[in-house]
Amino acid sequence: MIDVDGLTVRFGGVIPIDRMTVTFESGTCGLIGPNGAGKTTFFNVLSGFVKPMSGRVTAFGDDLMAMPDFKRARWGLRRTFQTEQAIANLSVFDNVLLVHEHGGGARAGRRQEVMDAITFVGLEPVATRPVESLDGGQRRLVELARAVVGQPRLVLLDEPAAGLPDEETEHLSRVIRRIPAEVGAVVILVDHDMSLVSACCATTAVLDFGRLIASGPTAEVLRDEQVIRAYLGTEEVA
Amino acid sequence: MADVRVREDVEPSAATELEAHGAKAKGSLKRPLQMGLAAAFVLFALFGLPPLLDSYWLQIMIAVVIYSILTLGLGLLIGRVGMVSLCQFVLLALGAWVALRLHYATSIPFPFIVLIAGVVTGFIGMLIGLPALRLSGLYLALITLMAAGAITVLLRVTQFPNGGSGFFGNSAAGGATSRLPRPALATSDTGYYRYCIVVALIMFGVALVHVRSKPGRAWAAIRHSEATALSAGVNTVLYKLWAFALASFMAGVAGGLLAAAPGGININQFPVQNSVTLLAVVLMGGVFNLFGAVVAALFLRLLPALLDYWGASTELLNILFGIGLLQVLLTAPGGVVDQFPKDMAKLGRKIAGLFKSKAPT
Repeated sequence: MIDVDGLTVRFGGVIPIDRMTVTFESGTCGLIGPNGAGKTTFFNVLSGFVKPMSGRVTAFGDDLMAMPDFKRARWGLRRTFQTEQAIANLSVFDNVLLVHEHGGGARAGRRQEVMDAITFVGLEPVATRPVESLDGGQRRLVELARAVVGQPRLVLLDEPAAGLPDEETEHLSRVIRRIPAEVGAVVILVDHDMSLVSACCATTAVLDFGRLIASGPTAEVLRDEQVIRAYLGTEEVA
Repeated sequence: MADVRVREDVEPSAATELEAHGAKAKGSLKRPLQMGLAAAFVLFALFGLPPLLDSYWLQIMIAVVIYSILTLGLGLLIGRVGMVSLCQFVLLALGAWVALRLHYATSIPFPFIVLIAGVVTGFIGMLIGLPALRLSGLYLALITLMAAGAITVLLRVTQFPNGGSGFFGNSAAGGATSRLPRPALATSDTGYYRYCIVVALIMFGVALVHVRSKPGRAWAAIRHSEATALSAGVNTVLYKLWAFALASFMAGVAGGLLAAAPGGININQFPVQNSVTLLAVVLMGGVFNLFGAVVAALFLRLLPALLDYWGASTELLNILFGIGLLQVLLTAPGGVVDQFPKDMAKLGRKIAGLFKSKAPT
């Protein structure tokens, strides 16, 4: 369970996150909102790249803000980025191995666990290939494999389906849905693809101008008038 | 071309090319063919080459071998970690200074003198690398260049130890040139040339082990982006400093070896501007392949000697290196070591094509 309490981030005169209080219970939780609503900033706070002005984030009882940024991977935090960040000059295997060895995974059974993560996302046929030889969809999956290796507790996915064709989004969606049960981590999913969010997330929170305007079961949230006004627009949502 | 890392919103340029090219940075010895070639190259350098060279060219080749250790360190820093340092050349002088001082102050055997010179220089290089934790690109280059200037001043004041006593001792009778006595098993130039090759091989081995293991992956992540590295759990502070320490260690070892090279060393051999030349040849040699270091060392030490031999002015070097660097940045981000085989293959295909098209007629 991830407890966010009164989180405020301030960059000079801009307040990208304003007194955000929300709880991500379990399973896969959606986090949606228009561009500039503070979604990525929130992820950057959790990663330790942005220091909040005030507020607390408690994850499974641990004060996440008290940990140095690079040690959060060891705690079990994983994330992907809006712009895909698979390391092009390493192989798929080495990309995932990197997180396992630096993220505190035990040496015993390392290669197996890395292979398991690669298999989990369906990249085992290209495991030894350098990432530079892969297409965009596969690179997204490399990032996802990095995010599920070595017993993660909290996985942050920042627009994992951005720029992907429908069938690849479908595959990605199937993989994401298996994370809570098979990997045992809480997933927070940020995406603009509402069908992906609906398919993956039991609950969803909505940010607008840094404020939380709604949270609850995804279907209800997507019907919420305020959410429709702020983000979804008046058109019918699939 | 100090800033190898570029922002995403910048137009794709040679710099991004250089970045993207790191893709090919993966171990250069992967395939058995390459391994065989490398072994043949080393054997030729060890046994085939010396009988072909007279004493002048042998001395040049000793310098090439020693400088390849220096270029190896800087190449690692630029190609693998994406950081740049302009003080490596002066750290070479520092390594030589430490080695000579150890020789006059103690009776430590030669290999340990070289090792300690490496460790001391590595530590100082790591201190110089501290700003790298906050800076990158142009500013880091500037800071390291300033550090190089400062160290040069210190070395000029103290001179290379030439027999004097005490830590800053200098003998009035000793002259400006100092030389470290060689180990007993390598007193001749040929012997010392082979000795240096063995040390260089060890250094290349150390580099290869780093690139292929945990630190290499951490560096790849840092080079890709700091955020990616941190979110993967990489202790970026530790691995950046380690990279600086390792590159400086190599510079120190090279310095120790250089102190015993033919002709000895002299404080005027290490002007600060050589750091810039060093950066240019390292980029020209190729920073994504460890062999690039050898090519860079050939540029740095063999080319001037050749120009001299052909009666051309060595001033020409600055122009040649300028053109070479421009060519690398614009068209061959992997440097000569990457481009040359490709060009040769292309040429081979063209020649083969020529014969094929002629055959039917």
